[in-house]
Order: sequence, then C-alpha cells, then structure tokens
Amino acid sequence: MAAHRCGLSLVCILIFSSLAHPSSCDTLEKANDNTATKRSISEVNTDGSVAGEDMNERQWQSTDVEVNRSDGTKTSETFTPAPAPAPARDQFQEELVIRPLHSGDIYASFQFRTLWDTDFLQERQKKVSHYRLFPKSLGQVLSKFSVRELHISFTQGFWRTMQWGQPFIPSPPGAELWVWFHHTVSDVDGNWKELTNVLSGIFCASLNFIDMTNTVQPSASFKPLGLGNATDHRFLRYATLPREIVCTENLTPWKKLLPCGSKAGLAVLMKSEKLFHSSFHSQAVHIRPICQDEQCTSKAWELRQTLNVVFDHYTSGQGKKEWSLFKMFSRTLTEACPLASSSKVYVDITDNPEGELFELSPATHLLSRAVVLGDRRTYSVYDLTRAETFGQLRSFNLLLRWKGDSGDMLRPLLHAERYVAGFGLQTGEIHTVIYNNHPYRAFPVLLMDSVPWYLQLYVHTLTVTSKSRDNKPSYIHYQPAKDRHRPHLLEMLIQLPPHSMTEVTVQFERALILKDLTSSALVPSMVAMSTNFTQDQPLFSSFVPVKEESSYFVRVYTEPLLVNLPTPDFSMPYNVICLTCTVVAVGYGSFYNLLTRTFQVDEPSPPLAKRLANFIRRIRGVPLLA
Amino acid sequence: MAAPLTLLLIVAVTIRAVLFRSSLAELISERVEVVSPLNAWKRVVEGLALLDLGVSPYSGDVFHETPLMIYLFHFTVDYAEIVFMIADGITAVALYLSIQTYNKNVFRKQKYALESDRYPADCLELLRSPKEMFYIPLKVAMFYLLNPFTILSCVAKSTCGLNNAIIALFIFCTLKGSALLSGILLALATYQSIYPLTLFAPALLFFLQRLYIPVNLRRSSFWFFTLQYAFIYVGSLVVITGLSFFLLGSWDFIPSVYGFIFSVPDLTPNIGLFWYFFAEMFEHFRLFFICVFQINVFFYTIPLSIKLKEHPVFLIFMQIAIISIFKSYPTVGDVALYMAFLPAWSHLYRFLRNIFLVSCVLLACSALFPVLWHLWIYAGSANSNFYYAITLLFNFGQILLVSDYFYAYLRREHHLIHGLYLKKKDGTEATLVLK
Repeated sequence: MAAHRCGLSLVCILIFSSLAHPSSCDTLEKANDNTATKRSISEVNTDGSVAGEDMNERQWQSTDVEVNRSDGTKTSETFTPAPAPAPARDQFQEELVIRPLHSGDIYASFQFRTLWDTDFLQERQKKVSHYRLFPKSLGQVLSKFSVRELHISFTQGFWRTMQWGQPFIPSPPGAELWVWFHHTVSDVDGNWKELTNVLSGIFCASLNFIDMTNTVQPSASFKPLGLGNATDHRFLRYATLPREIVCTENLTPWKKLLPCGSKAGLAVLMKSEKLFHSSFHSQAVHIRPICQDEQCTSKAWELRQTLNVVFDHYTSGQGKKEWSLFKMFSRTLTEACPLASSSKVYVDITDNPEGELFELSPATHLLSRAVVLGDRRTYSVYDLTRAETFGQLRSFNLLLRWKGDSGDMLRPLLHAERYVAGFGLQTGEIHTVIYNNHPYRAFPVLLMDSVPWYLQLYVHTLTVTSKSRDNKPSYIHYQPAKDRHRPHLLEMLIQLPPHSMTEVTVQFERALILKDLTSSALVPSMVAMSTNFTQDQPLFSSFVPVKEESSYFVRVYTEPLLVNLPTPDFSMPYNVICLTCTVVAVGYGSFYNLLTRTFQVDEPSPPLAKRLANFIRRIRGVPLLA
Repeated sequence: MAAPLTLLLIVAVTIRAVLFRSSLAELISERVEVVSPLNAWKRVVEGLALLDLGVSPYSGDVFHETPLMIYLFHFTVDYAEIVFMIADGITAVALYLSIQTYNKNVFRKQKYALESDRYPADCLELLRSPKEMFYIPLKVAMFYLLNPFTILSCVAKSTCGLNNAIIALFIFCTLKGSALLSGILLALATYQSIYPLTLFAPALLFFLQRLYIPVNLRRSSFWFFTLQYAFIYVGSLVVITGLSFFLLGSWDFIPSVYGFIFSVPDLTPNIGLFWYFFAEMFEHFRLFFICVFQINVFFYTIPLSIKLKEHPVFLIFMQIAIISIFKSYPTVGDVALYMAFLPAWSHLYRFLRNIFLVSCVLLACSALFPVLWHLWIYAGSANSNFYYAITLLFNFGQILLVSDYFYAYLRREHHLIHGLYLKKKDGTEATLVLK
C-alpha cells in the first residue's frame, strides 16, 4: 500500500510541475489541501464584472446554483435577470445542448441535474426516508452500500474523436461502472459485488457479470470528482463490460429516475426508436457529493443524468444538413418540466457568428459564451421556462437550415486509437497510438489499461516511443493478472511531446480459454487521461464562462479490442477423456504386467478331453494322465 | 577418451552458438513443445522485470521459477546463453562420467559372476565385452548434446536444461558414492520441480548396495543409513527453502511454483497428457482427476524399487522417464534427458519388441508437432483435436519405449539366470511368456 501511495504523490508532482500556467501555484495548493479547495469555492463571482481570472471550473461545477446569475451576467446581447430561485432543499435542472458536428452529424447532449442537501451516509438512526426529486431507488442504494461516488455509463457505438471532436463526457463502448466507497466500509469487495447486482436490477443491465475477473483498482486514474480527500484506492472499484449491448430496456429505467419521467420537459424527446437509430448513444448516471453553498459548510448530493446521442442525418438523410427537433426525435417540446428550476436548450453557433452559414428558427437573441474543453464556443439559448419560447403554436420545434458548406475538419488535440498486431492465435502485440496535435504544448497523459487474464501480458516488452525515440514512462503501476481471478492493470504516466504520435506496445500470449464457447473476447478500452488540468472536474460544466486560456482535463477512451482466442474443441469431451485415460491405462497396464508377472516357459495347456479325463481321475483317486 | 569428449563439446557449443545467433532462436523460444509456462525464458525475464517494477514476481500468473533461479539470473541475465550452454555441457560430462563409472561396476560384477561360474553356459553371448562398452559413455554424452530436443531446449533458453544439469550431477554424485552431495543435489532437484523426489528410492538403493547393506527392514544398519540419507535430503531441502524465503521475504513462491505444478491451472498446450484432458474435464471432477494424473509419477516408485532393487541405475532411468511422461508440464528437454541413457542399454536391443515402431512414432510425432500446431493456430484449418492427437501418440510412443526397455531388461536378467535357449519339458524350443 505504501508503494502505491508514493506512486500517487509522484503523479501529482508531475502533473503540476508540467503546468505552464500562471495560476498553477494556486492549483497546486488546492490539490494538496482539499479544505483550501472548499474555501476557494466561496470565491464565486456574484459580481458579474469579474472576468475569468479568479474563477475556475471547480467553483462553477460545485455551485451550479449560480447558473442563472452567471449566465445572465455573461450574455453578451441582452441581460435577462433571472428570478432568484427560492432556497429549496432539493432542486432539478435540465438542459439540452445541440452541436452540429463538422462531419455533418448532429450531437445532442441532455443533462439532468438533481441536487439535494442531505447526507445518505449519516448514522443509521437518521435514515433518509422522505424523497422528493431525488430517485429513492438510487438514494437507498447510496446509503445501503456507503457509496461516496458512483459513475455508470451505458454506451452503444464508438465516439469518433477524429470526426466529432471531444464529447462533453466521454464513455467507453459497453457499460462502465466506477464507484468510490466511503472509507468506513470494511468489506469493499462484498459491497461492490452486491452493488453491481443491485444496479443490474435498477438499470436492467448485465452488470451482474462484473466480478473479480474484470474489476480493477486504479491507483491514479480515477480520482473522486466530488468532495472528499480520500485518495486511498482501496475504496475504488472500476469495471467495464465492453460486450454490454445498450437498448430500450436500459433507457426506460434511466428515464424513470427523472422527476418528471418522460412526461414533461426535455425528456419528452427521448423516444427510443429514434435514440437508438443513431451512430452513437450513451447514457450515464453520475452521483457525487458536492458543496452545497459557497462556504461549503454543508454537503449536497448531486445526481447528474446525461444522455448523449449522435444522429447521422447527413449520411442517412439524402446528404441534407437541415435538422429540426421533430426530425431528430419525432417530437417537439411543449413545456419545461414543472419541477425544474431551469430548463434550457443550447445550440452551438460558434462557426456561424454572423449567420452566414446557417439559420436558426425560431431565432433567439439570447447568447451564451463558454469555454468548453479549452475551446471558446458560442451558444444560442432557449429558455423553456418562459412562455414566449413556445410561440403561438404552444410547441417548440427548433429548426436549422444550412446556407453554405461548413469549414474544414477540426483536428482533436488529443486522441488515441488501438489495435492488435501479429497473426496466429499464440502471441500478439497491443499497439496504442496516442496523438498530440497541439503545435507547441506537451501533455502529460495517464494511461490506464485493464486487460483480462486470458491475455498474458509481458510487461518487460512494454515500449513507449514518441517521435521514434524511446519515451520512458515516469510512473508505472502494474498489477499482473491471476488466472480466473483478476485482470491485469497497467497504469503509466507519459509525457506527450507537442505535435507527436506516441506508440505504446506490449506483447501478450493467449491462454487456452475454458468453458466458453465464444472464441473471441473483447479487451476493454484503454483509458487515456490527459492530466493537464487545473481542477479535477471532467463533468461538463453547464456553460459557464471560464478563463479562456485555462487548461483542462480530458479523458479519452480507445476502441475495445476484439481478440481471437484458441479454444479446445468441446464437441467431444468424452472422447478426449476416454482417449487420454486409455493412454494412461496403457502405461499402467504395461508396467503392472512387468511388475507383477514373471517370465515362464510357455507350456501349451493340455487338450480339453485330457483335462476332463484328469478331472474325473482326480475324483476317482487314480493316477492322472501325463 | 578426453579428446573425443572435448571435440563433442566443441561441436555442441558451436551448433548452439550458431543457432543463438540465427533468426531461428526466437521462433524456437516460442514453441510450446520446447518451453512450458514453468520454464519459458520469456517468463524469467518477465519475473525479473516485475521485480524491477517493485511487484512480487509471484503476484501474477506468469512467473513460476524458484527464488534461487531469480537469484541466479539476476546476475547472469546478460550471459544467459552461456549459462545454458554450460548447463548442457555439465549435464553431458556428468552423464559421461556416471555411465563410465556404472559400466566399470557392471563389468566388475560380471567378472566376479563369471569367475564364480554363476552364468549358464549358453548365455555367454549375452555378456558384455569391454570393447562394446568402451564407447558407451561417449555415446551417452553425444545422445544428450546432439539430440535435437536438447539443442532446441537450450536455444529456447528453457530452464529445463538447468534442471537436467542438476539431475545429471545428482546421478554422478550418487554413482561416485558421495551420499552427502547426492542428497544435497537431490534436494535441489526436488526444490526445482518436485517430481525428482521419486529418485530418492533408487539413490538409496544404490548406496545400500554399494555399502553391502541388505535391504532388510529388521536390520538396524539399513535403518541407520536410510535415516542418514533422508536426513541429508530433508535437511538440505529445508535449508534451500528457507534460503528462498530469506531471498524474497515471503512464502509466495510455494503456491506459485509447487501449487502451479500440482494443480495445473495453465492449460497452454504442451507435449504432455494434462492440458487437453483438463481443458475438457468437467469442473466438478477436476480435483479427482488431478489426483489421479499426478499420482502416476509417484505411484510406480515403490513397485519399481522392489522389482529393480538390484539395479538402481536402471531404476533411475525408469523414474526419469516416468517423470518426463507423466509430469504436468513436460517439454522435449525432459524427454532428452532419459533418451540420453538409451546407449547405456544398447545390450538390450536383441530383446526389444517394438523399437522400430516406437522410433517411427516418435520421429513422426516430432515432425507433426509443428505442422499441426501451424494448422491449428496460424492457418486455422485444423482444431485443437489435431494437436491433441499428436501429443497422445507421442506419449503412447514414450510409454511403449519405456515399457519395452523395462521388459528387455527383465528378460535379459531372466536369461542370465535360466539360460538363453530354454527348453520345454518335452525338449522342444520354448517361448518365454509373462505369467
């Protein structure tokens, strides 16, 4: 354990020493002292004139109560003073972000956020029993298993970073679950096992297939996103199920967690036949404790439900780039969820500042600027809580018409891909290629790879090369697999030189897999985390203006690998058992013969008549025949 | 005799050095016939790499060498090729000297028996002449050093070569009569791969015979010597194991090395009988059949010791062969060790019943191993049953070979007592049968 902790502190040092950023000292302080972080949250700019300099995303994320006010202050065109919401113990916000992608696809991202200033991890006597907006099923799970943080995502399809840029919240194909347990939990593995089974029931997913063979405890890669200073990775469990197929039966229970269900508000748009007829679909639930107020005197629980979907209307719809809410979801919006304190639709119009590329109807003059993942974006905002948004028809159908062709492809700053090299079913090599497209900045990247036990990794063959030179990882944490018990876990910190391609290769051997009639297995995606961040907040902040030059934190997932495995032929187990036993018996028989018998001269036995005669003679008592 | 041996050693080292430098070396070191999970060089390097990363090499399922092996290669990992060539050389020289000593003993015994007129008149042609015995030690060394199996094993840097060297040294010390060294080396061999513990019986029998102590359970001298030898053996074993504990500071290696040998969790194909059987075996019966299969190695020791108590060296050969057939992760290196003894039994050729068949089976199997492996793993046009069939046949051939030699040995001994040309009661020529 001590070794792991040393490793962790090493990462922190590297991360922060690599920051070429004026506020890096500030950040370092915060990271080292969590109470300082909490205090710094109080510095939220209630004054609208304060620019990003004193702000960081952490403040915003943790105190999302301030959304309305900050939004108001930053809208460039008009100032719409939002009425200050009554201080409720719990509140709910919903929003939809639509981003036309450069490839012609449309990216729609729903976010539903429920805040509740209660504490599930209280003493057993004061059990939380009255639920209003927060789903009771999840609340009970949190208190029963002493969960401090829970992140679960179900994804169908692979996010194509090269064509679509960075998603707001990345997720690997299949199911991903990671949980930080409270430090009072004594039997973490037992809790984890039970929790996966319960979640499996709640989400109608095969999370019950999560067991010790695909669970890892990353030492540095998955830090808690919410409050809390625990870094002891004994209380962290991470598992992915790359084979998980996501479909309607997972969406329905997910929708039921929303306060308005799919009856009102943005959730009306979630019609399964449309959502699953898309290139990419990802739904997630993130639960974490955050600061409830500016002073961070009390803790609140945040439940964030996100659903990201990419529609390929361009390729499937006769090459037209027009889209509307009705075209995408076969529904239009008629009202906001009555329980929501804020309900908004954002459309990314960054590429269209003067309105020459496309035209939005109905038009809005409410604009919002935000720095999302280091990128300055402009958004048109539609506030669904206001009646004028819906017009005379009492229905809101957003429509976008293209006037000309869009600009060139954007190249994502950081992306990764992975493949298996080699032929045959004996050995192979996993290649991971990470691209840093930034022209002059180097990024430190934390790689995490969890490989199932039936691929025997040889860590001495691990090579990291960038720009055809050896790039030695500054931190390696490796936990070898145990057959049928534990997967391999490989974590390393690599510095990506600017404008470079870094290749990580490691050789493996395939085990003869047993009792599994499938001859191929999916290796989960590798997680690459750029640790270049000033705050540990990968959850997409709800369009807060942040400091433009701020560096940020990005998690990149590679595609899962499909690896063929040699299998025994199970069509004839009895034959094999019989034949092998025969050979052993031949050995036994011949040794037994030689050991117990002696050599004798072979005397032919007398004919039957003679033996009979001798038998009779013996009875009669006369001498036998010779 | 030193000159031909030196020449042989030079030739053997040259062949190995050339192969080490060629592109074949990497290909050979991946062959499942040559390396097993227990002795693959790649896994040794991996274990050392894990140690460098600060991870216990036994925490994973990749490294199954003993701690002393780590210690050895910690210093010699850069000279591994030389270490393996030296190990092969040591094995060959030890076998050479052992067989030389053994032949001297055999000849002396034969002379005494002849002088005391103990042999029947018609079996003079069964007696061994110094002329034919002269080249046997050299042939033994040659059979070991130039055997393709040994060469492959050495080029793959399979640690099996080192285990063979320890066993060969043990045989040498035993035949030279040094009970202390023999006990220590036997303990070392046991520590390396458990199975050589069955060689305790033949070594004990040899010493008893050498000291003219009859095997009689009522005699105190028998018990005195047995306990003495057992004490040396067990004592060295305890010391070596304790030393390993102090080297790594944990007992992790016990389950990872010996547990791995006994419970056969890794079912990577090899030339043995275990892998496919346990791949197909129903989980419910696994433990039972593991016991049934593992017991085969130890099962024959006592009956063989009783039957061959006058012939401990042949008993050593039988035991090594049985280990190589029935061990859980056999490689061709193990086969090579007992095959090296075959020239020592060259006088048994006239009694071998199916040596031609066995040679053909073994040769064909050796050729078919890579072919069917390629068809299964690379070409995808065959399945695992093909490779399994060949391993089955190979083991069948080995069993036939060993039982044939056993038969021939027993038959020769029978003829040496009862005469070569046996007659029936009615005076016609008789055939000898086992009854």
